Amino acid sequence: MASWVLTATDLACQKAQRTLFEGVSLAVSAGSWLHIEGSNGCGKTSLLRILCGLSPAARGQVVWPGSSPATPPRPDRSVLHYMGHALGLKPDLSASENLCLDAQVSGLRLSLAQAVQALTAQGLKSRAHLPVRVLSQGQRQGVALARLRTSPAQLWVLDEPLVGLDAQATDTARALLQSHVDAGGALIMTSHHDVGLQGPGSRFQLGAGASVA
Amino acid sequence: MSAQALPNPWQAMAGVLQRDLRLALRRKAEWLGAVFFFVVVVALFPLAIGPEPDTLRLIGPGVLWVAALLASMLSLGRLFEADHLDGSLEQLALSAAPLSWLVVAKLGAHWLISGLPLVLLSPILGLQFGLGPEALGLLALTLLIGTPVLSLLGAIGAALTLGVRGGGVLQSLLLLPLYVPVLVFGTGAVDAQMRGLGAQAHVSVLLALLLAAAALSPLE
Repeated sequence: MASWVLTATDLACQKAQRTLFEGVSLAVSAGSWLHIEGSNGCGKTSLLRILCGLSPAARGQVVWPGSSPATPPRPDRSVLHYMGHALGLKPDLSASENLCLDAQVSGLRLSLAQAVQALTAQGLKSRAHLPVRVLSQGQRQGVALARLRTSPAQLWVLDEPLVGLDAQATDTARALLQSHVDAGGALIMTSHHDVGLQGPGSRFQLGAGASVA
Repeated sequence: MSAQALPNPWQAMAGVLQRDLRLALRRKAEWLGAVFFFVVVVALFPLAIGPEPDTLRLIGPGVLWVAALLASMLSLGRLFEADHLDGSLEQLALSAAPLSWLVVAKLGAHWLISGLPLVLLSPILGLQFGLGPEALGLLALTLLIGTPVLSLLGAIGAALTLGVRGGGVLQSLLLLPLYVPVLVFGTGAVDAQMRGLGAQAHVSVLLALLLAAAALSPLE
């Protein structure tokens, strides 16, 4: 039996009196991935936010190891890394400053050298000291992926991590996700593209009322 | 290559402070606008009212306080707005450090950027109203205690109206009643001192307001 990183049971989400989804149950174990698919507006982002504890669910619960219904989970950046549509980058800070200060704010320690190393691995070495404001959308996505590279969290929750990337950056990102899963990490992501991850994992069709475990 | 956990939340607070101050240094126009507003409003009053020293001395503390209050309200909109839009707020919520501590650090940075300049400028601007050295000192003291209260209370309004369209107006409506006691005791202190009554009572009440706001505001 694999060790569960996160299980969610019977989740429902309502937005503006409308039920986006209900009866969603899912689980992710260490060393596996979960690809959430669904049409636009079916609630993929809302589901990810609920899993991270950023939004309350209308019904159901998310359980982390060690948390119980009586003690609701408060996952933090040492166990969970969330990358949303809004990347959480400050336009006026340089890419490396963004990484270092963001880590510090999140209660993590990251040296400038480590930040530059992560950006280099993402193919952004020459952009490391430029303000994020002047980078293209794809490059900003790359900076966010470089931050992901420095994350110590076991579970990565990624909302469209490959959007806006060119072919080479997509391959780099794919390799990053694959190596995280291979190293025993867990991954929950949404994407409209086929990410082509190997190893144990499953796809989850949101809006079909199905559940996966 | 991966980051290590920091031993304590103080360092996360220092990170928030450092990030917000650095951002402010790169975006000077935003906070200088509010400071400029303060200077202009205060400087225009003596010109409009005329050179009668007694009148000016009477209205001086009130004008400075009202201008400071409005200037602090002007800068409130940016307190959480930018973080909300660029997703930093979500990352703050996921930080290993308690969110209320981080909010305190954000408020500290906000006060250093938008409150402290008003305190430092007030004695100079007060000269235009013919205030004596003691009144000027006391005015700066009341602003030193009062502007953090405005920031703390303002954070409640800014947090509640975050993401609401036309939130600025709603925020002002929410906050004005909360601001009134600060204004009354802030100006009252200088007034009492000029009448020879002693300002200690007013300053004490102002300090009490500061402590209450500091204890309750970041809890959200």
